[in-house]
Amino acid sequence: MARTADGADSATLPAEVAEGVTEPTVIVDDLHVVYRVYGKGGDRGTASTALFRMLRRKTRPAIREVHAIRGMSFVAYRGDAIGIIGRNGSGKSTLLRAIAGLLPPEHGTVYTICDASLLGVNAALMEDLSGERNVVLGCLAMGMTKTEIKDKYAEIVDFSGVGEFINLAMKTYSSGMGSRLRFAIAAAKDYEILLIDEALATGDAEFRVKSHARIDELRNRAGTVFLVAHDLEEVEDTCNRVIWLDRGKIVEQGEDVIGIIDRYIDASGGEKVARDPVTRKRISAPELD
Amino acid sequence: MKSTRSDSLGPALDSAAEPPAPETGSQEAGGQPAIGRPQQPSDGQPTQQQAGQPQAGQSDAGQAEGGQAEGGQAEAGQAEGALAALAAHYGLRPSAQRPTIGTYLSELGRRWNFIMGFATARNVAMYTEAKLGQLWQVLAPLLNAGVYFLIFGVIISSVSRAVPDFLAFLVTGVFVFSFTQRTFISTSKVITDSLPLIRALKFPRASLPLAYVMIELQQMLLSMAVLVVLVLIEGEPLTWHWLLAVPALALLTLFNAGIGMFAARTGARVNDFAQLLPFLMRTWLYLSGVIYSIQQFVVLHSQNYGWATTLLQLNPAAIFISLVRDALLASQRASAFGTKPFDAAKCYAWAGAQRPPNASPSEWSAAFNQVHHRPPLPRHHPLSQYGSAYCHPTLISSHLWLFGAGWAVAALLLGFLFFWRKEVFYGRG
Repeated sequence: MARTADGADSATLPAEVAEGVTEPTVIVDDLHVVYRVYGKGGDRGTASTALFRMLRRKTRPAIREVHAIRGMSFVAYRGDAIGIIGRNGSGKSTLLRAIAGLLPPEHGTVYTICDASLLGVNAALMEDLSGERNVVLGCLAMGMTKTEIKDKYAEIVDFSGVGEFINLAMKTYSSGMGSRLRFAIAAAKDYEILLIDEALATGDAEFRVKSHARIDELRNRAGTVFLVAHDLEEVEDTCNRVIWLDRGKIVEQGEDVIGIIDRYIDASGGEKVARDPVTRKRISAPELD
Repeated sequence: MKSTRSDSLGPALDSAAEPPAPETGSQEAGGQPAIGRPQQPSDGQPTQQQAGQPQAGQSDAGQAEGGQAEGGQAEAGQAEGALAALAAHYGLRPSAQRPTIGTYLSELGRRWNFIMGFATARNVAMYTEAKLGQLWQVLAPLLNAGVYFLIFGVIISSVSRAVPDFLAFLVTGVFVFSFTQRTFISTSKVITDSLPLIRALKFPRASLPLAYVMIELQQMLLSMAVLVVLVLIEGEPLTWHWLLAVPALALLTLFNAGIGMFAARTGARVNDFAQLLPFLMRTWLYLSGVIYSIQQFVVLHSQNYGWATTLLQLNPAAIFISLVRDALLASQRASAFGTKPFDAAKCYAWAGAQRPPNASPSEWSAAFNQVHHRPPLPRHHPLSQYGSAYCHPTLISSHLWLFGAGWAVAALLLGFLFFWRKEVFYGRG
């Protein structure tokens, strides 16, 4: 039964496309991604083992390939909000990075209508610097111009609720404050294709409500959204499609969000979700929202 | 074409110890193109389910899923290359595609604010832990120069004897060379250091080595300010010649940007490069006439090692150092090769004065002995200090600009192309 919906959206059917109802924004075509990891496996990495290796004329065996994504194909359309679920290490984050063009495919291609961006600037920020400088730095890293930053600055600081701490080094912030500011910076930009990697709902309860609202806003403005989350309820609430990954492959994908999530929960040995037999909504939500 | 590509990928797939066999099997049996296979591998599916969860009720669902998947595969099979065609039809472009040089350059231009912002931020952050803070930006080069002066100016004083105004000579050399040295070493680690950033945001990766060059440029400009104060205290006259230091340092910055991009890609590919680099840099330091006069060396040894001394003079670091020294130091301008018309007698008189006091005639090249029978000039005779101006070896001072510009352009172009070619691969680590 999942298949009916799935068949339609796997959309390798030209006829479907020819109608021109929906416009594809992201096409993943037989994608493979391989990481190369140094210094793992067998070799203890000491000088003597390195010497022996050289003597035996072996090229470094310590390079281990990790095949993070092993062949995936799907199409995402304008207006889609796609949840990506799966266990740790199933390739969810790697898939997002490949869509954003941050990781080169080993084989296959990801096509996008415009640049896809990950929500998050943590890596560009420097803990030693003041919040103020970090706001500017983060915005520059996201590709905003100086005038854009000037326009958004007050809004960012205001949204983060950091207050007068903005002049202090970020390392002096509490973890909640830090993540609030990071979120505020990242969310200052509008995205056409938005990739969210479990960056949601940080900080205290009040900020969580605020950040949820902001994400909804971004989501509405973005053409296509990919959401990686362990919080399955989040996926259920906001996504119209789900892709279930396991060990770098798609186990199941389709518009039957609830069905796929239930099967995923079963497969991972989780507790069954109690659902209303008619509406299929969760009966007892563990949290208020 | 697609399936052959995926076949060739097959063996390479797996050092992660998972048998790829069932996949390939199903693919051949069904004659399916690569495109259909990955979505819902009919054989792989049950295996995973069994491995993942041993509950009995589950395998049913798994089987059903597998069956459906095969239907889907047939569908997808008809559409080989359809995804690519679809992408082309709607004007979608590969996300991890290397941009053309033109686009790349304009992207870089648009990111210039980021490059400068990143550089300044890192410069500020670097010293926040230290009590003296930003003062270290000035103190570090001063201490550096102090150490060299102690060793080569005071302890091994024979080095300094031949060079007029040795302290200024040395400090200029140290400051200029350390710009190149620090750039080379820091950019060789820039990709590894910034991997989280590379894996989070999309921007032209050349921004990173360029930002590091800008960091070192800011550092170098500060040390130049220190240098100016130092030479003024030493009594160096303030002249228009000083302005020549600006184009000289600009050329050096371009050169460093080039080698920075070269080092960034090399360091990203070969991790051991960063380990090796300090030794290479130290060798380069000693070959670049930072702490001794290349001119003197050239004249002393050109008889026996002509090619080596030519290489020594063509060395880009030596050229840039000479350009800055000539701009700032009157003694250097007066003593630089070729600033006076060629005069063999005066040149050799100078060279003779450079002879180490206890050198035996056999060590001393025959040519000089022929011209110069007289006892060496006293050390403070003007010719023994500035006579080198009458010598015209391979490279005289008016050539320096030409070669400096050549090195800068060549390094920048080659370094940029070298870096750009691997643009999409830096995220892999």
